[in-house]
Amino acid sequence: MIDPNFTLLAVDRVPGVLGGEPQPDLLEARYMQALSLAVHIPIVCFGIAFPAMILFVEGLYLRTGDTTYKALAKRWSKVALILFAVGVVTGTILSFEFGLLWPDFMATFGEVFGVAFGLEGVSFFIEAIFIAIYVYGWDRLSRRAHFLVGIPIVISGFTGSFMVIGVNGWMNNPQGFDVVNGRVTDPAPWDALFNNHLWHELFHMYLAGYLVAGFIVAGVYATAWLRGRRDRYHRAGLVVPLTFAALAAPMQVVVGDWAGRTVAEDQPVKLAAFEGLPRTTDGAPFTLGGYYDEQDGEVKYGIEFPKLLSILAFHDPNARVEGLNIVPADDRPPVNVVRFAFQTMIAIGTALALLATVYLLTWVRRRRLPRSRWFYRAVVAAGPLALVALISGWITTEVGRQPWVVYEVMRTSQAVTAADGLEVGLVFLILVYVGLATAVVWLLRRLSRRPPEVEVGGAPGTGPAGGY
Amino acid sequence: MAEICLGFVVLGVTAYAVLGGADFGAGFWDLTAGGAERGGRLRGMVQRSMSPVWEANHVWLIFVLVIVWTAFPVVFGSLTSTLSIPLFLAAVGIIFRGTAFALRGQAATINEARTLGAMFALSSVLVPFFLGATLGGIASGRVPVGNADGDAVTSWLNATSVLIGVLAVITGAYLAAVYLAGDARRAELPDMVRAFRARALVSGAVAGVVALGGLFVLREDARPLYDGLTSGGGLVMVILSAVAGLATLFLVWNERYGLARVTAAAAVAAITVGWVLAQDPYVLPDELTLDQAAASDATLTALVISVAAGLIVLVPSLWYLYRLVLQGRLDQQFEPLDQRFRPLTAGDENPERDR
Repeated sequence: MIDPNFTLLAVDRVPGVLGGEPQPDLLEARYMQALSLAVHIPIVCFGIAFPAMILFVEGLYLRTGDTTYKALAKRWSKVALILFAVGVVTGTILSFEFGLLWPDFMATFGEVFGVAFGLEGVSFFIEAIFIAIYVYGWDRLSRRAHFLVGIPIVISGFTGSFMVIGVNGWMNNPQGFDVVNGRVTDPAPWDALFNNHLWHELFHMYLAGYLVAGFIVAGVYATAWLRGRRDRYHRAGLVVPLTFAALAAPMQVVVGDWAGRTVAEDQPVKLAAFEGLPRTTDGAPFTLGGYYDEQDGEVKYGIEFPKLLSILAFHDPNARVEGLNIVPADDRPPVNVVRFAFQTMIAIGTALALLATVYLLTWVRRRRLPRSRWFYRAVVAAGPLALVALISGWITTEVGRQPWVVYEVMRTSQAVTAADGLEVGLVFLILVYVGLATAVVWLLRRLSRRPPEVEVGGAPGTGPAGGY
Repeated sequence: MAEICLGFVVLGVTAYAVLGGADFGAGFWDLTAGGAERGGRLRGMVQRSMSPVWEANHVWLIFVLVIVWTAFPVVFGSLTSTLSIPLFLAAVGIIFRGTAFALRGQAATINEARTLGAMFALSSVLVPFFLGATLGGIASGRVPVGNADGDAVTSWLNATSVLIGVLAVITGAYLAAVYLAGDARRAELPDMVRAFRARALVSGAVAGVVALGGLFVLREDARPLYDGLTSGGGLVMVILSAVAGLATLFLVWNERYGLARVTAAAAVAAITVGWVLAQDPYVLPDELTLDQAAASDATLTALVISVAAGLIVLVPSLWYLYRLVLQGRLDQQFEPLDQRFRPLTAGDENPERDR
């Protein structure tokens, strides 16, 4: 079913208030934006999920008085601060890029979605203030005050992503304004923020934050586990993030289903691109693998599961699923990119949910960690895989939105800057990010080699010298 | 409503100039501190003072961007597209500055610290320059409404932009020296107090001279701005700023650093307000007035409510942070930056090699 406003909007296109020369290097602008987002989003995951894990461990310390937990929480908080610093600067470049790359998008729609960013700015501020107090306040504030100072970090991590996702949801499901003769009128910022795509995107990303941060941190300690460091410090470092991630993984399957069904209703062309479905079909099949042939308009070398797509998208084996043919070729996203990213996300998401199930079942039934070395190897692999799934998911939704920056209202090509030099900017930016990534990895490895004892100025429980 | 939002922009620019600017200024002193051994104590002081606050200080920049693109979206699109080069360079500089600073805190050898420190310090000079040059392009009326319609180069490489860029660097250095002298006194490091006091006095004097001399540059290059700054409310603010600047020098001379913080901030705030008054009623001179630039009332109202609600949470939080900082409760151990590496690098260190 299609929202009547949606079709109304679809007729009313907005070319942008600034106008200007056409940009030959639109693709470079998109690469720059995509690259910057791909660098920033993994750090956002840590912003969302890591503070809660740190507070959980600090809570264990407060309850038990065991300094092993304190050493772990303190070590993690230092990592969180470094990642926050990187998040600050990579987030800054994103805000600059909104204007540098998409001035007409900002000029035309800034008044519609901007308020959400105002609130995001407040969240970010709170996060910056309290993370500094938290990290530099170890042993200087009372134990209780220090724990309490951590709570605003957890809350603002959530509200900040809430607002940004609100804007992204709005780009996919634009509302809260009218279009009169190609001009935007009557902006209603709150309607824009609370759009139909906000909630599923928010929970999808929120859980993704726990999956990425949880599995990556757990992977570090799983590596230590495989190398024989199995004291309480490393055990806690493994169990806490792994449990967070393992609880999130099955929930993500449910939220993912919800997200897919919302896309099927609101953005049928995007869904058709996920699946490479050329024509509107009753009882549509799901095709696994293969590639979409633009010429022939079909997926080649894929494995077809009859009616499965209709079941997944509408929970009805005979439901009608709309195909790419409902819009002209110019209005379709690049099918193979979107489809490949989508299937990658689904495959990894499923694998992570299985790994989580193994872990949780072992825990519930046997009250212990799995013993197989393969389990720990899988946990090590799960971190990078979760990251790949995260980026794939964002490619799915953002490339799937193309060729629109505001879905079916404004084209990305109308939003882009008319300035020259985008290729130079792109090359420059790639070099900067490669340098940044190298530096951060180097730094975290350096930090991880310091023995945990340095965090508490003495022996933390039974922790041996050296590591993580 | 548009006026309130403009007020937020002024607040944000001032706060960023006073707080973030001082962090960049600290980088300036780091850059000019001399060789690893000679500058070690000074760099240690910079590291110690900046660590807990630079991220929160930096958020003011984001605050300004967000207010501008929400309340004055056409201004934002026009200026970011025309001034894309200095803004891009500033953004990249911000990446280098923040990362290098965070990494230097973890460096394990003097050479690592030196490389990262050079990166941190150099970008600390470039970022305020490019941001200042951006403001200069706006203030001198070089940003037309449109998608990259202004000149990509002369919009920010011109006399006014260079002036404001240089002034931004020097003012930041001045503010940093004032704050660091105060911090050093709290940390009971008399040699650092002396070092930063001398730097504050010199940079304060230089800032004053450049600002006054700059008026002649503006007279030639940006006559409307000059006229605005030398008449009516603009003039009042320029005078206020000069008085506050002189008062700061006087206070630093007499080692009253706490009060000097306030007057130094007031000098910057006055000049920001003066700039706004000087180009009133324009937001983009000769192109767009405040009323033409403003978003619709519904948006402005929602923004004002959001920011006001945000400030209710933010003000006590910021107060708590700065109180802890000024009470020294978040202070790190003071450690001259070169000392930290002594045990590790005893054999191969070469402190004479300047970078």
